Amino acid sequence: MEPIQISAVQEKINEFANKTVYIHLETTNGAYASHFNEGFFSAGAYIRNAQVSYEHGKIIGEGPFRVGLKLPIGWIYAEGLTHFEEDDLGRLLLAGHGYDGKLAVALEISETPFE
Amino acid sequence: METERQVLVIFPHPDDEAFGVSGTISTHVKNGTPVTYACLTLGEMGRNLGNPPFATRESLPKIRKKELQKAAAVMGIQDLRMMGLRDKTVEFEDDEKLIQMVTGLINELDPSLIITFYPGYSVHPDHEATGRAVVRAVRRIPEEKRPKLHCVAFSNNHESEIGPPDVINDVSAVTDQKIGAMKAHISQTGWMIADREEKLKQNDPETLAWLQNERFWNYQWENDQVK
Repeated sequence: MEPIQISAVQEKINEFANKTVYIHLETTNGAYASHFNEGFFSAGAYIRNAQVSYEHGKIIGEGPFRVGLKLPIGWIYAEGLTHFEEDDLGRLLLAGHGYDGKLAVALEISETPFE
Repeated sequence: METERQVLVIFPHPDDEAFGVSGTISTHVKNGTPVTYACLTLGEMGRNLGNPPFATRESLPKIRKKELQKAAAVMGIQDLRMMGLRDKTVEFEDDEKLIQMVTGLINELDPSLIITFYPGYSVHPDHEATGRAVVRAVRRIPEEKRPKLHCVAFSNNHESEIGPPDVINDVSAVTDQKIGAMKAHISQTGWMIADREEKLKQNDPETLAWLQNERFWNYQWENDQVK
């Protein structure tokens, strides 16, 4: 992965617009957050292979970045994104890596289901 | 350490065995006991991806699968089973399906010892779900025929509730394998290894104790909290 370049990511988001795509969206503090710090309120959410079609999407911010996808009757968004990759299957992988090197958020878009 | 006929290790993540069980596994292998390691997931949701990242959410499982195979080779495990579940979803699987999975392994292998996590005292939801499934499967076996069940516990409350470990294995003859297993899972254990090696150089007593002894609890059937 490499640090997000807005223009490259926006171009890829545009390519997927109005197609049937699969989404991986995840945010997490890790399963050990409340073990190491009992006062920590741990929360996370995860969806894999949600099949959607979005009208348009946008990446915005000055880093870390935010991405929003407008659905016909709803929204998907993620914040805290720092890195991106277009992988060998043509999928757009976006991730937010914290200062500690741990993944905090991921948003991925693919025309084929994720494994 | 008692010599076993067959050992069955059941954990949800590649590397769950490395820190506190790899010495015990290696010792059983050294004793000539067949060891099966059933690893439920490929640790797909691991968060140690680095910054700058060395892996993506999609490439991580491939890396961790190779690390798991390497760790198994280091410990001398010849029967490694990857059970195909997904990291962080084990507790949401159908409970009966998980029990059947464990029962299938037990029926096939007839282990004299099973090693897993202690349900209620193992922190990660996947650890808890794995331990529960094993307890439920073993509980269905008539008491006199049950294999020994040694559990790993490390939650903040564990010793105050289940007491000190009643099984302490001397694994000082296989420290190379133990460190080798830790190193095999380098994507997840890198930060820990550097710290441990430094402390070993200084002969830190706590780190030496970690390297030479592994701690387990016999499952307390008389205090069975699993529903």
